[in-house]
Amino acid sequence: MSESNSAATMTSAWSGGRSPYAVNSKKFGMWLFIISDALTFSAMLMAYTYVRLSTPNWPTPFHFSPSIIFSTVMTFCLLSSSLTMVMAVHSMNHGRRKAAVAWILATMGGGGAFVALHLTEWLNLIHNEHVTPFDNPWGVPLFGGTFFALTGLHMTHVVIGLIYLGIMAFAVGRGKFKAEDVEVSGLYWHFVDLVWMFIFPLVYLMSAKI
Amino acid sequence: MSTHSEVLEHADGATTKVFITVWFALLFMTGVEVFLAYEQIPVVIFLVALIGLSVIKAALIIAYFMHLKFEKLSLFLTLFPMLILCIILMLLMFLPDSSRLMVMRPR
Repeated sequence: MSESNSAATMTSAWSGGRSPYAVNSKKFGMWLFIISDALTFSAMLMAYTYVRLSTPNWPTPFHFSPSIIFSTVMTFCLLSSSLTMVMAVHSMNHGRRKAAVAWILATMGGGGAFVALHLTEWLNLIHNEHVTPFDNPWGVPLFGGTFFALTGLHMTHVVIGLIYLGIMAFAVGRGKFKAEDVEVSGLYWHFVDLVWMFIFPLVYLMSAKI
Repeated sequence: MSTHSEVLEHADGATTKVFITVWFALLFMTGVEVFLAYEQIPVVIFLVALIGLSVIKAALIIAYFMHLKFEKLSLFLTLFPMLILCIILMLLMFLPDSSRLMVMRPR
């Protein structure tokens, strides 16, 4: 290979001379994790619809009050926490660490409210509707199993996100981590929000109509 | 899609106003979803609207909040097919499920 050809190859985006995606490895790694996790949730949502399809008397215990009201407020909490996370990344990009910590804490507040409301909704189902992961009054045990597995896995992601953001807030406040690290944690948090955009209509809103 | 230098420009310039607009749009679409759930409209229209709004909301979150709109085209093209696969997986039985339930419900 001639010298000029070699130079052209090294400056090419796909030559290894520079990143073809123009993102750092942490961010790209998080995107790959998100894709794999999205496939997990897709499979679970498909499983939910499958058992629903094969069960004629599928229960719909999600009344307007409290279930739909709670889940709507939970959606508001997650969407708002995504906005505050964007603001945290924006603040870090401008070198405003204190503001970034405040926005991250606000994000955690939204996530915490989501978890609290979700647990209240769960307790309502368990105590008032007598739904457990293995049994319910309608004799469709798969309902509880799929519902708690799906929403439980999502809530686990939210809790892990809260821990992740807590660590980020603590470290950023002490002058550690860079803007790209906050952006990567933001990607995870937005993904949690994204998944709920499908669980909310599929599990809750559909039950209001059919 | 844009180059890396434009990414910074986007992040610095349009951020707050655009992101708040997207947030309002997402809230509005959520409100429409809840409204439709309690309106007397045909089930097929309800489901199509529900699916459509969910996909639009997901696209807005990915494009703006997750910043994919401002990343390089190569990253977008790498991730996009897998995102489409996820949506197909999730919605594969959405419409048949609800249609069949309607028929099977006791009258």
